[in-house]
Amino acid sequence: MQDFIWDKDADGIVTVTMDMQGQSANTMNARFEPGMRAICDRLEAEPGLTGVVFASAKSTFFAGGDLHDILATETADEQSFAFIEANKAVYRRLEKLPVPVVAAINGAALGGGYELCLASNRRIVLNSPKAVVGLPEVTLGLLPGAGGVVRLTALLGLEKALPYLLEGKQVQPADALAAGMVDEIVETADQLIPAAKAWIRANPTAHVQPWDQKGFRYPGGDTLAPKNRQIIQASSAMLYQKTRGLLPAPEKILDVAVNSMRMNFNAALRMETRRFIGLMASKEAKAAISTFFFGMQAIRSGKVRPEGAPWKATSAAVLGAGMMGSGIAHAQAARGIQTLLKDTDLANAERGKAHSEKLCAGAIKRGRMDEARRDALLGQITPATENAAPGTIDIVIEAVFEDIDLKEKVIAETWPMLTPEGIYGSNTSTLPISILAEACPDPTRFIGLHFFSPVDRMKVVEIIMGAKTSQDTLRKAYDYVQQIGYLPIVVNDSRGFFTSRVFGTFMDEGLQLLVDGMAPAAIERAAWLAGMPVGPLQVFDEVSLILGQKVRKTHAALDQRLGVDSGFGRHNTATVAVTDPMIAMGRGGRQYGGGFYDYDSEGKRTLWPGLAQFARGNAEIGIKDAVDRILYRQAIETLRCLDEGVLNTEIEANLGGIMAIGFPAHTGGAIQFIRGEGIDHFATRARQLAELYGDRFAVPDRTYDLLRGKSDMAA
Amino acid sequence: MAATAYIYDAIRTPRSKGKGDGTLHEVKPINLVTTLLAEMQQRHDLDTARVDDVMLGCVAPVMEQGAVLPKIALQKAGWDESVPGAQVNRFCASGLDTFNTAAAKVASGWEDLVCAGGFESMSRVPMGADGGPFAEDPETAIVTGFVPQGIGADLIATLEGWSRDDVDAFALESQKRAAHARESGWFDRSVVPVRDENGLVILAKDDFIKSDTDMQKLGALKPSFAGPGAMGFDAVALAKYPQVERINHVHTPGNSSGIVDGASLVMVGSEQAGKDIGLDPRGRVVSIALTATEPTIMLTGPGPASLKALAKAGLTIDDIDLVEINEAFASVALRLQRDLDVPDEKLNVVGGAIAMGHPLGATGGCLVSTMLDELERRRLKRALICMCVGGGMGIASIIERL
Repeated sequence: MQDFIWDKDADGIVTVTMDMQGQSANTMNARFEPGMRAICDRLEAEPGLTGVVFASAKSTFFAGGDLHDILATETADEQSFAFIEANKAVYRRLEKLPVPVVAAINGAALGGGYELCLASNRRIVLNSPKAVVGLPEVTLGLLPGAGGVVRLTALLGLEKALPYLLEGKQVQPADALAAGMVDEIVETADQLIPAAKAWIRANPTAHVQPWDQKGFRYPGGDTLAPKNRQIIQASSAMLYQKTRGLLPAPEKILDVAVNSMRMNFNAALRMETRRFIGLMASKEAKAAISTFFFGMQAIRSGKVRPEGAPWKATSAAVLGAGMMGSGIAHAQAARGIQTLLKDTDLANAERGKAHSEKLCAGAIKRGRMDEARRDALLGQITPATENAAPGTIDIVIEAVFEDIDLKEKVIAETWPMLTPEGIYGSNTSTLPISILAEACPDPTRFIGLHFFSPVDRMKVVEIIMGAKTSQDTLRKAYDYVQQIGYLPIVVNDSRGFFTSRVFGTFMDEGLQLLVDGMAPAAIERAAWLAGMPVGPLQVFDEVSLILGQKVRKTHAALDQRLGVDSGFGRHNTATVAVTDPMIAMGRGGRQYGGGFYDYDSEGKRTLWPGLAQFARGNAEIGIKDAVDRILYRQAIETLRCLDEGVLNTEIEANLGGIMAIGFPAHTGGAIQFIRGEGIDHFATRARQLAELYGDRFAVPDRTYDLLRGKSDMAA
Repeated sequence: MAATAYIYDAIRTPRSKGKGDGTLHEVKPINLVTTLLAEMQQRHDLDTARVDDVMLGCVAPVMEQGAVLPKIALQKAGWDESVPGAQVNRFCASGLDTFNTAAAKVASGWEDLVCAGGFESMSRVPMGADGGPFAEDPETAIVTGFVPQGIGADLIATLEGWSRDDVDAFALESQKRAAHARESGWFDRSVVPVRDENGLVILAKDDFIKSDTDMQKLGALKPSFAGPGAMGFDAVALAKYPQVERINHVHTPGNSSGIVDGASLVMVGSEQAGKDIGLDPRGRVVSIALTATEPTIMLTGPGPASLKALAKAGLTIDDIDLVEINEAFASVALRLQRDLDVPDEKLNVVGGAIAMGHPLGATGGCLVSTMLDELERRRLKRALICMCVGGGMGIASIIERL
């Protein structure tokens, strides 16, 4: 058994079939370079060689670099440089062979795999939706380091190459052909190698890459071409507007692409290596790889799912056809779950279904759905005012108003619809699941399913375990959430759960800055610079100040009813100090005509000049402190959730924060942010912030022990 | 200081629209310079062998403006072969920088007679033709936070609360003053007609001035930097100015400096050099200054540079009779006026670059000639000349009529 299978035919064409042993896909691991080097040695020495075909024995062509290796890279040192240079050297030798080299792409060729294709003289791809090509490195905080930036720029020209390099799009065969990323498409796998050989026979001298030919000109012109100059001048700022300077990978990709055109090809490849090893060692790459690759993979593969047989819902009922209810109904229908959409008023229920019609119309307009699929989807939703027959529904989700009495009544009334195995979910964002569970006959089958608005875009569900919720119910809920294509984050019942609690600290910190005397525009800009999708003042207006106040009142009432002090929002002092008077002044938020902002008739917002009255301090708060306050406040609250057992794993903390409340993705999530800063550095800075700004930043030292060593939570 | 630097003369070409339909477009950049070299020689029957150096500013010194054009122009104009030449680039300050350096050389006593000034044929070698890492190396642009100057100009207006009407009103006044000065013949001493090889006049007077403009016409123009701002440059600038909610894009082609072709030439020398060539000095250089300020807003350098020059001379703004701030953008002039508390009647008394245009490398020399003429005509003593400069630099010169 060997990694590279050599087969020479009567015409002198050698087919090298990659079949890396002990793994399901070919990767650029430690065995790759020595293996390829041996192949190059043999090809260069082979008498009567007329051409080379690269093929794969796996279902994919080649998967690219080994992310475990990259994650283990600590510094950009000589050794990393030599390792990457060696990997690139075999590609360079391949394209310098005196015979044509063809890549026969039978399946996905991504990253290092597509870079092998770029080092070939011709790329022939199988017409299969799985045979995607592309350079997705940027999505992992990296750049294509095996010549991908330099060669794609030379192949397509700057303007056409940049989007593929900066966005990391995976491209289907037909699109790849149109873009010039591949040269030919064949219809069946059997035709791949014959087509490759036929091309070699027809083009026996086509072995010099365009960029190695005398008089080579970049498609679309060099960096002095007027259009390219315009692109170059604008591109840095366009990129900054998107990344806010938080993502080094696209910045370096842009720099390599542009500057590669100004230098010798081999020098450009070396420059690409230098940028690549720097990124390998960066905290941003580690964050992206840990969270978005390994973390996502862990959740998708069920690493944090309770054990047991897979469960599938075939029928569902959603109670309350408001924004949330209709969104949930749509998500279910899209995955083929028969959904009863129940409201007290049939017109409301029908409006809920109309929401789906609107979403479908949009999808059709964008070419993402056809009419048959729309009809099938809409056919799944039945608006109603009455319960379904008893014992017929696998999952009931209540999404009625956040009123405990109403919810208790609805839960009792609708429970009988459930099949004996069915589960009952509540979409509450505030009310304790353990209390609501008491309204049903079997609290073990009751669970929180907290969706986020807008449901069709926020693909994450916070699953809340009540005190009596069974593991069996959790397993079913977990499978249901994945069945509808959402990411499950499991938390234990606690006031504000995880997401609302941390989000509350974000909004409050914005107001703390306001009270401290920071200019409102600067607060919003600090949040932008921190990487938050929307500033705290704007978010408060969207959520509405009044809703925030209602939630606080609800918790106070619950405390009274239960005779406890939950301490919910204990640190959110600025929220009370600012929003209560604003509500009294009639500034309840956007839907109430204005809040932190004034809105003109076209919805254009301008900060309300009256905000100055809330400044108690006159502190000159630097933008760095403000950015840190916004990030640390949320990270600390997330850490508290882990410490208190509200959250079970770091991965869920990281992904949940990013997907549900917009914690900046470049950090890899709130806990990964602490790791990226360095736990000790974070602790020191938090202590400093606590001294400067208050106890809400105070964290007991032992809490950090959670993150030190190999904790179970690291999933 | 060892010696006083005297100004013996300052001349310039007319300025004309720096596009293909501008009157001077047909004139090669080198011929703008040889026109002035020939005039300077003939006007004073100058023994050019006495000149120690000729330094001329140019901001896009490539292609037709490249390869040390000043030295080649000296040869072409028939100046003595002993005269060296250099091209100098300090962005928009280039022309004034050569003037200041000439003064410093003379004051040091190391040289006796030096010519300064500059040239720029923006119609033939467009602004930015020299590329450079400032805007065209992504790594550099990202690290330094590059934004086009107009974003900085709009940011100044936003920070100071100046509306579109405020900047347009300033522009209108510039046009009125420039038109009046031209009609009155106030520029005639310094402006040298550009002729063809047969002696036929191609352009005798500034023809960029729009004497028929009004607030309505100015108000109809579209903001130049709203587009680039939305593309991402506003975000870059606001990262440094977080207290600003959004940038108010007020600058248009109507209230920004005009893109034009033109050249200037100034002769600076010691007292003895003047005696030797038989010329009386028109003025003297009192002090000079260079500085640099926050580079993203880029255009707030003139105030600090002026204060530095005043301090060097032991003067205050009250000792200055006329102030000339290059009108790169209306907000730049308004900001200088506010920084130094300059009354309207002392500021840019014959209009400025909004009306007449800003031939980048040449402008500094143009401003020296304008101020000398006005000090003489009004029988005033001192003028302060200052300019905003790329990269946040600022430059100033104080001159005195004799």
